[in-house]
Amino acid sequence: MADIRNNFVGIKSPNPFWLASAPPTDKAYNVVRAFKAGWGGVVWKTLGEEGPPVVNVNGPRYGAIWGADRRLLGLNNIELITDRQLQLNLQEIKQVKKDWPDRALVVSLMVPCVEESWKAILPVVEETEADGIELNFGCPHGMSERGMGAAVGQVPEYIEMVVRWCKANTRMPVITKLTPNITDVRRPARAAFAGGTDAVSLINTINSITSVNLDTFSPEPSIDGKGSHGGYCGPAVKPIALNMVAEIARDPETAGLPISGIGGVTTWRDAAEFLALGAGNVQVCTAAMTYGFKIVQEMIAGLENWMDEKGHQTLDDVCGRATKNVTDWQYLNLNYIAKAHIDQEACIKCGRCYIACEDTSHQAITSSVNGVRHFEVMEDECVGCNLCVNVCPVENCITMVPLAAGVLDQRTGKTVSPEYANWTTHPNNPMSKQAAE
Amino acid sequence: MAIGLFKDGIEPGRLAPAEYADNFSDLHPPLDKHEALVEADRCYFCYDAPCMQACPTSIDIPMFIRQIATGNPLGSAKTIFDQNILGGMCARVCPTETLCEEACVREKAEGKPVQIGRLQRYATDEAMEQGKQFYTRAEKSGRKVAIVGAGPAGLAAAHRLTSYGHDVTIFEAKPKSGGLNEYGIAAYKSTHDFAQAEVDYVTAIGGIEIEHGKALGRDIHLGELSEQYDAVFLGMGLAGVNALRAEGEDALGVTDAVDFIAELRQSTNLSRLPVGRRIVVIGGGMTAIDAAVQSKLLGAQDVTICYRRGQEDMNASEFEQDLATANGVVIRHWIQPKRVLIENGKVSGIELEYTVMRGGKLTGTGETLVLPADQVFKAIGQQFDANALNGSRPKIALEKGRIKVDSEGRTSVKNVWAGGDCVADAREDLTVAAVAAGRDAAESINRFLKA
Ligand SMILES: Cc1cc2nc3c(=O)[nH]c(=O)nc-3n(C[C@H](O)[C@H](O)[C@H](O)COP(=O)(O)OP(=O)(O)OC[C@H]3O[C@@H](n4cnc5c(N)ncnc54)[C@H](O)[C@@H]3O)c2cc1C
Ligand SMILES: Cc1cc2nc3c(=O)[nH]c(=O)nc-3n(C[C@H](O)[C@H](O)[C@H](O)COP(=O)(O)O)c2cc1C
Ligand code: SF4
Ligand code: SF4
Ligand code: SF4
Repeated sequence: MADIRNNFVGIKSPNPFWLASAPPTDKAYNVVRAFKAGWGGVVWKTLGEEGPPVVNVNGPRYGAIWGADRRLLGLNNIELITDRQLQLNLQEIKQVKKDWPDRALVVSLMVPCVEESWKAILPVVEETEADGIELNFGCPHGMSERGMGAAVGQVPEYIEMVVRWCKANTRMPVITKLTPNITDVRRPARAAFAGGTDAVSLINTINSITSVNLDTFSPEPSIDGKGSHGGYCGPAVKPIALNMVAEIARDPETAGLPISGIGGVTTWRDAAEFLALGAGNVQVCTAAMTYGFKIVQEMIAGLENWMDEKGHQTLDDVCGRATKNVTDWQYLNLNYIAKAHIDQEACIKCGRCYIACEDTSHQAITSSVNGVRHFEVMEDECVGCNLCVNVCPVENCITMVPLAAGVLDQRTGKTVSPEYANWTTHPNNPMSKQAAE
Repeated sequence: MAIGLFKDGIEPGRLAPAEYADNFSDLHPPLDKHEALVEADRCYFCYDAPCMQACPTSIDIPMFIRQIATGNPLGSAKTIFDQNILGGMCARVCPTETLCEEACVREKAEGKPVQIGRLQRYATDEAMEQGKQFYTRAEKSGRKVAIVGAGPAGLAAAHRLTSYGHDVTIFEAKPKSGGLNEYGIAAYKSTHDFAQAEVDYVTAIGGIEIEHGKALGRDIHLGELSEQYDAVFLGMGLAGVNALRAEGEDALGVTDAVDFIAELRQSTNLSRLPVGRRIVVIGGGMTAIDAAVQSKLLGAQDVTICYRRGQEDMNASEFEQDLATANGVVIRHWIQPKRVLIENGKVSGIELEYTVMRGGKLTGTGETLVLPADQVFKAIGQQFDANALNGSRPKIALEKGRIKVDSEGRTSVKNVWAGGDCVADAREDLTVAAVAAGRDAAESINRFLKA
């Protein structure tokens, strides 16, 4: 049986599934329910400094987009950090940690960008016996206008500075949470690394407007006829988050920096993918907000089952296994040639592959053969783009089959070379020509 | 008070009043908005969609379903009506299980097709409830077209012709329009007087005059019509009924199933409609099923359909057969009627003979059985009543007892078209096929008039 116990920068939890800092972790009531359901850890909803708490809007704070059957694909929010009294949160954190010693309890923090503010809050958090802190440099709305959250996270120098203050003023491990609202996520990661962070976590939410009300012409969620951009999360952001995790994981400048993967984790598969790309554990918010805490049981069982099937014993056997396979486009093997193949038994003849290829790709699929509705790939036209695979409603009905070396590619009339050859040496590449001259 | 199932003879009021309403409520109840959205989301928006190819009127099904899914039910209704102005009735009565839904790729994928018929009803109901009219008449052409029969074929032709600016007069033998939509379709398929609501919706475009009580061959004649009008369309359906060719078929209690159904459809109080205790229905098509099921729903105790061939030969779809058996109707195959048994001038039973296929021919085995019955329905098919064509000059050519037409619906007479059940063509005898025939003939007539 696979062992999925997690040790993330010294913080131990029975599984790698943590709840991200957000409404599911806003108070003891929720967190206790989450622990009862089986969550390995939580990052408590972000605390601010002592004093009157922030206020939230009193109207709708979420917007969403949906897929078929109104399945929630992306959620957007204009919520701020916790709007409860600091002392109340601290008391509850202390009590919960005492009652659930085997679970990870990390406290998310966001205070003004001056050292005194951090010096003031760190000891009171330490006093709760929490396992660590997470610096919220990500919140893209409301707090950033006050010079906190993403306003810090978008300036690498500030990140380094704040991380340094924290490392100097607490014994607790420091996790730096990054905003995706930047062009190159390696920059803030490097800054956090330079400041001495124990880990980074990412992504926080993405600036977004989910929809516009076409009766009132207000963005959604609408507060009295107006809307502002909010933070986007949920299944739709997973690809963005995976890429950012991979970018950091394979950056030589931050080699070995632990990563907590966040963004769209909804099933065990998503979690396994984050781990494979180099995350040490994952954090989840939207999936819990959509389906409740019970989903962690599917995640745990699914991860264990997959690890058993593949013979992976511990999370270390999985973590980072895919990182080395992430490369830059120019290094992809241009001699690798694949063709789409349709399993006629599985095909339900919807014709989606045909019209996608015909209208928008390479006219490589038949719509009828001898007057009979029949969808088949014409290998002499197929460029192997994979579009048909992605639009086919039947899983595994269309597959991409690689051509073996030595076989004739009917499209180009050339035999498939066994050699690896990439763009850097390709004759059409002006840079490669220059180098050759 | 209900007299119950056990009273012999053909009697009204077998059920309690509330049971009638229950029994004759919508067979496929309408989808509410949520249900429609969930169902619409199942459609794959297929290329050259198989469902659309299977629809006799070629409605752009993926498009109308997508319009429902994107919150545009009126646009959806227009997509439907563009091809089939009786899309509302077709949504209710089409045997979708042998048409669009049989072809739906999700039938192949999961054995659960997208519920195209119910989605079509959702969109068309929405438009009709809002009284939304999508079409206006083109400038008057000054041309006049006579149509015989206000059934699906005639109405579809009339709507298309008037939209091109031609003035249409429909001559209809019956007191109401709608054809079998009004007099033939099972009551639980067309509830709340939908047939008349649809006639009103279709004719609201204007330029369509309907003269009821005017029968071709009796009150008007084809020769006159073809002279007085620029073109004539015949959509007369099948007015005749096939004979049983069994001894005693004129006895009291032996009824044409279509007459029984027409009476049922016109009844304003089903508890006054008499029905037998033990009923035998002869036939294997939709009419047989409808007569049997509706008798059962009126409170008949035993209803048996007797069909002379095997189950796979039945014209009624599997769904219809299941509907019958689910309602307690017994279907027996390989037996044919031989003699109606009569006691005191009334039906008391029916003697049937077993049949087999021998050398590719259906033959009786000689062995018989008797089923007790106080009512026998003949549902062995309708025929075209060619007498109505009396006086056509030159004579209209027939084929297999129906009017001969070419692929555009042209008859052998220059300015006379025909379509629907009354013609011999490749189309099935279905409401939707009649609509397609009427519409296509109207296009052909328009080309002729504009030439
Ligand atoms: C009992 C029964 C149940 C059916 N159920 C279904 C079903 O569930 N689904 C389905 O798709 N199809 C069903 N059908 C078939 C469908 O009703 C017909 O195919 C369709 O109505 C044919 O349309 P039509 O316009 O050609 O003829 P009709 O609907 O028969 O209309 C012909 C019209 O012409 C009029 N007429 C006839 N003779 C004359 C004349 N001499 N002068 C003037 N007017 C005349 C008639 O009164 C009638 O109004 C059913 C048929 C029957 C009999
Ligand atoms: C309503 C809401 C409030 C959030 N508040 C915080 C917060 O206070 N601090 C923080 O670091 N992240 C916050 N987040 C971001 C989440 O922790 C997480 O990074 C993001 O939702 C991506 O993960 P997901 O796709 O699993 O939801 C919030 C997210 C949501 C939906
Ligand atoms: S892989 Fe691309 S080019 Fe080849 S058949 Fe599919 S869609 Fe067409
Ligand atoms: S998309 Fe898939 S199921 Fe549809 S026709 Fe193409 S191969 Fe068949
Ligand atoms: S065949 Fe089915 S899935 Fe495809 S377009 Fe028609 S209704 Fe939609």
